[in-house]
Amino acid sequence: MGKYKKYILYSLYLITFVTMVVVAYTTSKYRPESVLVLFTDLSWLGNWPKWLDLPLMPFLNEGFDKLIKEYGMFFEGINNFLLGLYTDMKNFMVGLPWPILMISVIVLCYFVSGRNIGTTIMVAFCVFFLGFLSPRYWDKCIMTTCIVVIGMLLCLVIGIPVGILMARNKKVRNAILPILDLMQTIPSFCYLIPGILLFGLGAVPAIFAIFVYAVPPLIRLTDLGIRLVDKEVVEAAEAFGANKKQKLWGVQLPLALPNIMQGINQCTMMALAMVVIASMIGTRGIGDEVLLGLQQLNVGMATEAGIAIVLLAIIFDRITQSYGEKIQARTHIKKNIKL
Amino acid sequence: MSKIEIKNVYKIFGDQPSKVLPMVKDGATKEEILEKTGHTVGLDDVSLSIEEGETFVCMGLSGSGKSTLIRHINRLIDPTSGEVSVEGTNVMDLDQKQLIEFRRHKMSMVFQRFGLFPHKTVLENVGYGLEIQGQKPEERNKTAMEKIESVGLNGFEHQYPNQLSGGMQQRVGLARALATNTDIMLMDEAFSALDPLIRSDMQKQLIDLQSELKKTIVFITHDLDESLRLGDHIGILNGGRLVQVGTPVEIIMNPADDYVKAFVKDVNRAKVLKAKVIMSSVNEANGVDKSNLIKINEDQFIDEFLPKVVCTNANCEVVDKNGNIKGYITNKELQSSLTKS
Repeated sequence: MGKYKKYILYSLYLITFVTMVVVAYTTSKYRPESVLVLFTDLSWLGNWPKWLDLPLMPFLNEGFDKLIKEYGMFFEGINNFLLGLYTDMKNFMVGLPWPILMISVIVLCYFVSGRNIGTTIMVAFCVFFLGFLSPRYWDKCIMTTCIVVIGMLLCLVIGIPVGILMARNKKVRNAILPILDLMQTIPSFCYLIPGILLFGLGAVPAIFAIFVYAVPPLIRLTDLGIRLVDKEVVEAAEAFGANKKQKLWGVQLPLALPNIMQGINQCTMMALAMVVIASMIGTRGIGDEVLLGLQQLNVGMATEAGIAIVLLAIIFDRITQSYGEKIQARTHIKKNIKL
Repeated sequence: MSKIEIKNVYKIFGDQPSKVLPMVKDGATKEEILEKTGHTVGLDDVSLSIEEGETFVCMGLSGSGKSTLIRHINRLIDPTSGEVSVEGTNVMDLDQKQLIEFRRHKMSMVFQRFGLFPHKTVLENVGYGLEIQGQKPEERNKTAMEKIESVGLNGFEHQYPNQLSGGMQQRVGLARALATNTDIMLMDEAFSALDPLIRSDMQKQLIDLQSELKKTIVFITHDLDESLRLGDHIGILNGGRLVQVGTPVEIIMNPADDYVKAFVKDVNRAKVLKAKVIMSSVNEANGVDKSNLIKINEDQFIDEFLPKVVCTNANCEVVDKNGNIKGYITNKELQSSLTKS
């Protein structure tokens, strides 16, 4: 049976391919009057013939139009929700007096890093320099932070469950891996621009872009982390009668945590990188300072804003990293990290 | 009825085991199957029964299918064909929910590389089985503490596994298996990863615990000395086939084939055989020279009385613990039992 399955699959591929060629030929306006001409006039073997052209572009355009027309409400809903969240968060943080916000971040860092004074001092300096570099940067950094945080939350809420599903089921993994490859290799402008069409200008397409760009490493590392958990330990849980839920929450997730935390850290860094690129589609934030500097050929301005972005990255990195380290220290699995 | 009954179990690893099964049943060898179909035969027509309260040792070299066999008993692995019943219930008939209940209450397992949870303390590890059953923390910690004491690890209950030595880690594994108080304990090469001194220590501890608890233990090992020491019955596996089942004495005195012979070749028989096994009974022992006799207990091992015999050049009178004469041992019996066949 298995042997035949393979051949059926191969012939399916072949049929699909042939159909594509036939569709390309029949829909092409450059095709010769009759198929027979192809046998008499062999010039088409020289240069790539114009009729051998897969009509993917009109197909995609139609699909995209349809998507916007028929599911516009759906995207509108997402847009309103995310935009509302972003606006509330941003207004709250911008509304706070800057010293209070600064102290809050430092206190957060202090507790999250397990009362690590060194990390806290470093983060405190970085936070102070955000505004110190240029007073305009403070509010812009808040905007950027809000976008990154919302994008990351979206990544966590979707990425971790997907990673878990992939680790559990080989078929799901085989189906999702190519999608992740696609998300990671496709140039970011290919989804930034459609993002505008779907969500309008501003913060939401940036969040969407962050999701597409930053979720793959999180999914991959969650999947990998769970699969790397010592088989004998998982077997022990099964032998004592753990059900799926107990196995996942009691054994697999805690032991996969170093990898998942690494994934979250990667996710943050990539989100920050994307939010700068997103300034090119009109997302407000520290990225547009860089853009402005480059447009005006003002190297100093661009560099200054670049430094602010690096500082922001350091803050995010330190906070997420040290949180991961703290959890690992608590669970005593630090020694077992395998990468 | 036996506690555990395994009937004609076949296990074939690969994409389409059921297709390969007829070939295996027709008697094709492991190598042929691998070459022709790319499937690996794990178990080939294994049948055995394990009685309540005994220690059954399953022995074989690596790749002989012994770890596969033990995982059939709690269905961590499903057989390709055949039947495994525990206390009369066919394990294959259980649905997912019943299987989980069955694993929780009927049997526990000890692993070769301990299988401890690195993120849980010793106390949490030992209480894991009870936690899974849904017991409250106070209750399960109490039981867990008792078990930790019974394996001699008091004081370490708040340590994490990787802070302990190998021997101590396996004690935790043992305590964890004991904590759920199941009738059946599966031990998969439980002591193989330990160094010799600690291993012998653990064996002794297991024997002591067993004499008290009378559990049904299925013990997997590749070490013949270990199996002779622990086993009431020993099953020897070779290439997925069960080649011989018997008591330690039967295995040593009558090895079934060359494979078993090679196994028992280097065994120190004097340490394994008891006086009552090699003696000739009172009726048979005509003409034994009774002028120079030493008394020995029927349960003594040969190496316990051999030096005495050699020094005094005497014959032995074997008595049971009430002093009744059961038989005699002369040089002839000693010679035949100690000579390698």
